[in-house]
Amino acid sequence: MSANIGPLVAVVSARYRTLLQYRAAAFAGFATQLFWGAIRLMILAAFFAAATEPQPMDLSQIVAYVWLGQALLGMLPWNVDADFRAQVRDGTVAYDLLRPLDLYSYWFGRTLAFRVAAPTLRGIPMVLFAMVLLPLAGLGDWALTPPASASAFAGFAASLVLAAMLATAVTLLAHISLLWTISGVGMDRILTVLVTVFSGLIVPLPLFPDWLQPFLNWQPFRGLADVPYRIYSGNIPPAEIAGELFFVLVWMIALVLLGRLILLRGVRRMVVQGG
Amino acid sequence: MNSAALLYRYLSISLRGQLQYRASFLMAALGNLLNCVIELAGIWVLFDRFGNLSGWSFAEVAFFCGAVNATYAIGELMATGFDQFGTLYVKTGDFDRLLLRPRSTVLQLAGHELSLRRLGRLLPGLVIVIAAWAALDLPLEADRLALLAFAMAGGVAFFFALMVLQATMCFWTTESLELMNILTYGGVETASYPLPIYHRLFRRFFTFVVPLACIGYFPIVAVLGVDDPLGTSRMFQVAAPLAGFAFFGVAIGVWQLGVRRYTSTGS
Repeated sequence: MSANIGPLVAVVSARYRTLLQYRAAAFAGFATQLFWGAIRLMILAAFFAAATEPQPMDLSQIVAYVWLGQALLGMLPWNVDADFRAQVRDGTVAYDLLRPLDLYSYWFGRTLAFRVAAPTLRGIPMVLFAMVLLPLAGLGDWALTPPASASAFAGFAASLVLAAMLATAVTLLAHISLLWTISGVGMDRILTVLVTVFSGLIVPLPLFPDWLQPFLNWQPFRGLADVPYRIYSGNIPPAEIAGELFFVLVWMIALVLLGRLILLRGVRRMVVQGG
Repeated sequence: MNSAALLYRYLSISLRGQLQYRASFLMAALGNLLNCVIELAGIWVLFDRFGNLSGWSFAEVAFFCGAVNATYAIGELMATGFDQFGTLYVKTGDFDRLLLRPRSTVLQLAGHELSLRRLGRLLPGLVIVIAAWAALDLPLEADRLALLAFAMAGGVAFFFALMVLQATMCFWTTESLELMNILTYGGVETASYPLPIYHRLFRRFFTFVVPLACIGYFPIVAVLGVDDPLGTSRMFQVAAPLAGFAFFGVAIGVWQLGVRRYTSTGS
């Protein structure tokens, strides 16, 4: 087993360091997400101001939800890795088949690095901004508050690790589908819609109509954002954290198995683009 | 060949090219359509939960949302060449070839591609506007329709200008930066809601610096026939879309400055 882990660690770290090179892009991304966060907050707060009945979340929990969503946006599996797409297109994906590694694990490592690189570059400054700078600027109402409790923080950390792996499993499903569709432009779009809606990024999931909640509670995408963010803000109480983590874990394993199954079929019928 | 015929030739080639990848095109168009529907659904969810948005009804907000989406789709449809300028022309050095041809660079880039999948945003945008118009019981008067068309024309000029500015930045940065997404996608999101809900600084920015509200919120308030809580006059609201055309003029000027500064990457 350990003989297999070594090369995978090397794959993750090499890919991660490559992605960290694009600092200008990271800055642009940071500014974009700052703007999005501000707009989302103003919209949600304007709605919230009109509310007469008690709501499933209070405003500070919504604020935390929005800022964490912006900070961790890059981790959501809303796009495919452009390098990977190019590989499928020009046929160099065939080299990957020749490597003395389990193909799925190799791709999982690469994709995990792709998913985690962006949030470290953008997320940390975003959290600092929302937690430290906003209160200093006198906008304390809009600031990201610290985690609700020590157990909320621990649960948040654990759920983030699971969220990263779940995001990787979903991205890999999209990557594997490229073996059929080649271009993958359309896949990107549909994936974006699915992921942003059902993870809670567009509207926090608890704000959806009550009759939709049973469905929303069981679908896998909420493990990407909704679960970690609500654990952080205490909207999911400490007693329920373990159950939620287990829920995400089960979905993660199910999607990994599904990915392996499809990959097996994809490799058997794959036509390598020549040239 | 005159410019219009040339543009037509460019675009018909682009259309035939896109239809070669039919499945991918359909998926992309469907994705765009879904995006637009999802955005509206997001608004509906919030109305369902909270009841109202400081006095605005769902149909009114849907009108804002549909109009800006349709406008943006047309602008984006026409300016795809500028949208992809950094990656396709500057990084590769291919812009040299455009400069050698005896036609304006703006014309050639406008003819780069007529990106069909943008229809996926245009159609639902128009459907939403029509449905909201019906739901609000607005009379079907020529001056309302004309004002809406004028606002959308100004909006197309505005979004086209944003794409030109985004492309101009590439003369300095080589790669396209997603910074302009703040104003394009972010602009669509912002203009989907009535201006008064935003902070004062945002309102000023989107009126006087980047005149998004002048092609969205202000004229649409007049189309809806409601009073602007911000207290602007009808006269101002009707004339506001002119700012979109002025913004376009500025962008073309900046573009020409950028072209003069261009040095080839040589690759």
